Amino acid sequence: MSTPARASKGATRRMPGEEGVWVFILGDMLVFALFFGVIIYLRGEDPALFTQSQGQLSQTAGALNTVLLLTSSLFVALGVRASRDDAKDKARALFALALLCGLCFAGVKAIEYADKIALGLTPAENDFYMYFFVFTGIHLLHVTIGVAVLAALIRIARRPKLAAHDISLIESGASYWHLVDLLWVVLFALFYLLA
Amino acid sequence: MTVVDSRKAVVVWLVLVVATFASWWVGADHALSADAAVTAAVIAVAFIKVRLIGIHFMELGTAPRVLRGMFEGYVVVVTIALFGLYVAL
Repeated sequence: MSTPARASKGATRRMPGEEGVWVFILGDMLVFALFFGVIIYLRGEDPALFTQSQGQLSQTAGALNTVLLLTSSLFVALGVRASRDDAKDKARALFALALLCGLCFAGVKAIEYADKIALGLTPAENDFYMYFFVFTGIHLLHVTIGVAVLAALIRIARRPKLAAHDISLIESGASYWHLVDLLWVVLFALFYLLA
Repeated sequence: MTVVDSRKAVVVWLVLVVATFASWWVGADHALSADAAVTAAVIAVAFIKVRLIGIHFMELGTAPRVLRGMFEGYVVVVTIALFGLYVAL
């Protein structure tokens, strides 16, 4: 763990979790920044096609998924604080609720994909749908991994005594989950809302 | 300290959810003129939300300056780059 440094007002600064997870998080954010650029570029190339295809997406599904992930992040943040307070039962319950939200997100996505495919709107339909399926699909993969991470956090929080290393692991997993939430917030804005 | 933290987390969540519905409302109303203005608002709100998640949920607000700086830099650069790309094309 990094050595805490002095911040302003006498508070100490500390890195939540292991350094390695932050290398991954920042790297992943960079990769997705490229994806975000591609979406804007895609729109610029053929605004009419983009707007028309976007019009077929369910903004309700997108907004619901956004609220699900935001809520799951709240549960995770509260769970981390509970872990630090050694309120293990509370922490596990919060991580479990977050996991449930994650599963609901995946469920909504599955229904959304199925609906589109049933209408013949597959990745082969046009560039919009290709990038929609690929980018949200890669994100969904992140969600799946995140659900496994949350399950691991629940197990870690079951240990009789949460040492500094355990807290660090929990913080690492939590940070990864917040990344998953953060990335979706932008994907939702660009695919579902952009004029 | 923990109770204050928890309350703050809930407030941040509320702001995030309200921002989500606000940008949904703005994004859904295609009668609004000036697409560029709507786009700017949608992108700006998205990255305000990203920053809130990073600073408060990811706790980058109390993280080492270098890490926080990289995150803040990312938010600013990507927001400007995406809007710049939108306007340029």
